[in-house]
Amino acid sequence: MQVTRDFSHYVRAAGAGVQHIDLAVEGVHCAGCMAKIERGLSAIPDVTLARVNLTDRRVALEWKAGTLDPARFIDRLEELGYKAYPYETESAEAGEVAESRFLLRCLGVAAFATMNVMMLSIPVWSGNVSDMLPEQRDFFHWLSALIALPAAAYAGQPFFRSAWRALSNKTTNMDVPISIGVCLALGMSVVETINHAEHAYFDAAIMLLTFLLVGRVLDQNMRRRTRAVAGNLAALKAETAAKFVGADEITQVPVAAIHPGDIVLLRPGERCAVDGTVIEGRSEIDQSLITGETLYVTAEHGTPVYAGSMNISGSLRVRVSAASEATLLAEITRLLDNALAARSRYMRLADRASRLYAPVVHATALITILGWAIAGAGWHDAIVTGVAVLIITCPCALGLAIPTVQTVTSGAMFKAGVLLNSGDAIERLAEADHVIFDKTGTLTLPDLEVTNAADIPAGVFELAGRLALSSHHPVAAAVAQAAGAKSPILSAAEEAGQGVRAVVDGVELRLGRPSFCGAEALVVGATLDPEASVVAFSKGPEKFILTVRQGLRPDAQAVIAALKARNIGVEILSGDREAAVIAAAHALGIVEWRAGVTPADKIARIEELKRCGAKVLMVGDGMNDAPSLAAAHVSMSPISAAHLSQATADLVFLGRPLAPVVAAIDSARKALHLMRQNLWLAIGYNVLAVPVAISGVVTPLIAAAAMSGSSILVMLNALRARSASREIM
Amino acid sequence: MEILVILVPLALMLGGAGLAAFLWSLRSGQYDDLDGAAWRAISDDDPPPQEAPAKR
Repeated sequence: MQVTRDFSHYVRAAGAGVQHIDLAVEGVHCAGCMAKIERGLSAIPDVTLARVNLTDRRVALEWKAGTLDPARFIDRLEELGYKAYPYETESAEAGEVAESRFLLRCLGVAAFATMNVMMLSIPVWSGNVSDMLPEQRDFFHWLSALIALPAAAYAGQPFFRSAWRALSNKTTNMDVPISIGVCLALGMSVVETINHAEHAYFDAAIMLLTFLLVGRVLDQNMRRRTRAVAGNLAALKAETAAKFVGADEITQVPVAAIHPGDIVLLRPGERCAVDGTVIEGRSEIDQSLITGETLYVTAEHGTPVYAGSMNISGSLRVRVSAASEATLLAEITRLLDNALAARSRYMRLADRASRLYAPVVHATALITILGWAIAGAGWHDAIVTGVAVLIITCPCALGLAIPTVQTVTSGAMFKAGVLLNSGDAIERLAEADHVIFDKTGTLTLPDLEVTNAADIPAGVFELAGRLALSSHHPVAAAVAQAAGAKSPILSAAEEAGQGVRAVVDGVELRLGRPSFCGAEALVVGATLDPEASVVAFSKGPEKFILTVRQGLRPDAQAVIAALKARNIGVEILSGDREAAVIAAAHALGIVEWRAGVTPADKIARIEELKRCGAKVLMVGDGMNDAPSLAAAHVSMSPISAAHLSQATADLVFLGRPLAPVVAAIDSARKALHLMRQNLWLAIGYNVLAVPVAISGVVTPLIAAAAMSGSSILVMLNALRARSASREIM
Repeated sequence: MEILVILVPLALMLGGAGLAAFLWSLRSGQYDDLDGAAWRAISDDDPPPQEAPAKR
């Protein structure tokens, strides 16, 4: 059977006669890798561009159209020691890139204007107390206006648009007071300039925009980076399928290029990438990622298979059905949509703060104007003082308080192996006081493990491991790994659905089903562990049995204890059988557990906890967990999770240990503490500054100094989030 | 004070040139990979002598 690979789906034209492809690459983390990859790929003739992006961990490649097959680049990277996969930019990600460039442009314009207006303001400030002529002052004020007005009109767009959207929806957000403050300050300054007044506020208004844009850019960068890495991980999971293009010819194609009605081949040890029905072949499939059930299911003609299930023993031909017709996926998608809609009501800390903040500030400014007018100061002076109040209270520090902490915390979590999917996940995670774990693949490792290796003579075990190397079966892979086998037995032959056999030194070796090895008698007395599968190994007349099961994550017990020590409730909700769940719950000392629950049951349990006032953190990996991940207050997934779950989870953690769960909670709690502290700093600043502004003695110099001082203080405080998470790790 | 007629436009032009340079560098994608750029600056990526003529 001939196998080819078809990546044309990912190739796009980049100018005349040039083709372009983006590859996500695993394991690029230093300058050495970068140079090695770029040199290695440029060496291929006709390649015109090979450039590594270290932030996103991707390679952009361009070559003369029609001369090269993209599969060659992947092979070349494989030779260099990197696993790569074609990557298609999602529209959401492309939008985010454009947005972050726009914000950077705004920041550039605002910073340029601030510098120049400041340059003009210094002579005015010093001139006011010495010998400046009124004409000269007016000239400088007009020049400032000339720079600040167009710059603010351009650089203020992100705020003005968002404020307008909020107002037209009859709500307020942080951008409403910002926009009002900036517009009033600029308008007032123009009026003052026309009236030949001593002070104008152009410098304050434009500097305010600059500081706020710094906060926006930081916020945006954090989200862009995590989304890029999460996108790579999805691509690296290599969601391809072997599609039949002729009776006996198959092509490896990306899942996106598979259509309903196509026939795909599912080989042993492969994870199914599509939904469909078996039309030929007989095998066992592992549906643990979908249903949470660890026991294998027999697949034969007519059995439906779902994306995410693992084929164990024989080859299957599967006819692809439309995803919308697949009842399981449709059901899960429907639950997912409902759960996501329910959660979108959560209000971010910044929005809650601004909801209180805006009316208070505007009322204060209005009262100031009225107060001064009633006291007989004249409308002009009263309005000038009111504007000063607005400027000095403009939520500059408030706008920076949250994004700076978020950025620093996400960076710290990134280093600890946790990826953030959304900025407000930190706030929600910090509030969590009850953790629900899925069992299969979350508390346990996704891979199988040999549990009774110690009972078998070392020499025999090593031989079994070498024999296992010739099989693709996941159980065999576990045996080979446990035995540390490196060199396969060359004469080994595999019998589909039965096992592997070979003859070494005149002795027949067999590894596989107990019946295949004639070891049924040993099995009867031995199956004590409800979760384990049994394989047998025979060496001539000697028979051994190996029990294979999914082991608990190495530090699961310590993590559960750490959670309990933090006064967080722990519980297991699993779709698996009761016996298997009891065993895990017992081993981990978890009292609260439920077995055999459906996705809808999981959501019901979460709702029940919510009604009791608990904030639930759901940790799960299966496709059946996706709706409950969305329904929970906050959610985490391991990197081995099903695509859908990973996309739904707020945080994704890498590696075998469960420790990132506790680390992320600690880090988030510290971050929330710092966010609140920053909000209090901003409020404290206002409490000090507002009376001064109301009293009418504020000059632009004092306003500018006070405002930047508070912003810098808040930023420095946010940097403490980095050292905090270092202590945890 | 006549010097202002020269100095102020000069200062604005210099600032404007800085802004133009920033916008150009942004458009040409120089802020897309800040991690990589930090390393590229110190990496010794001159091609070996025998390869250099081939590239011309």
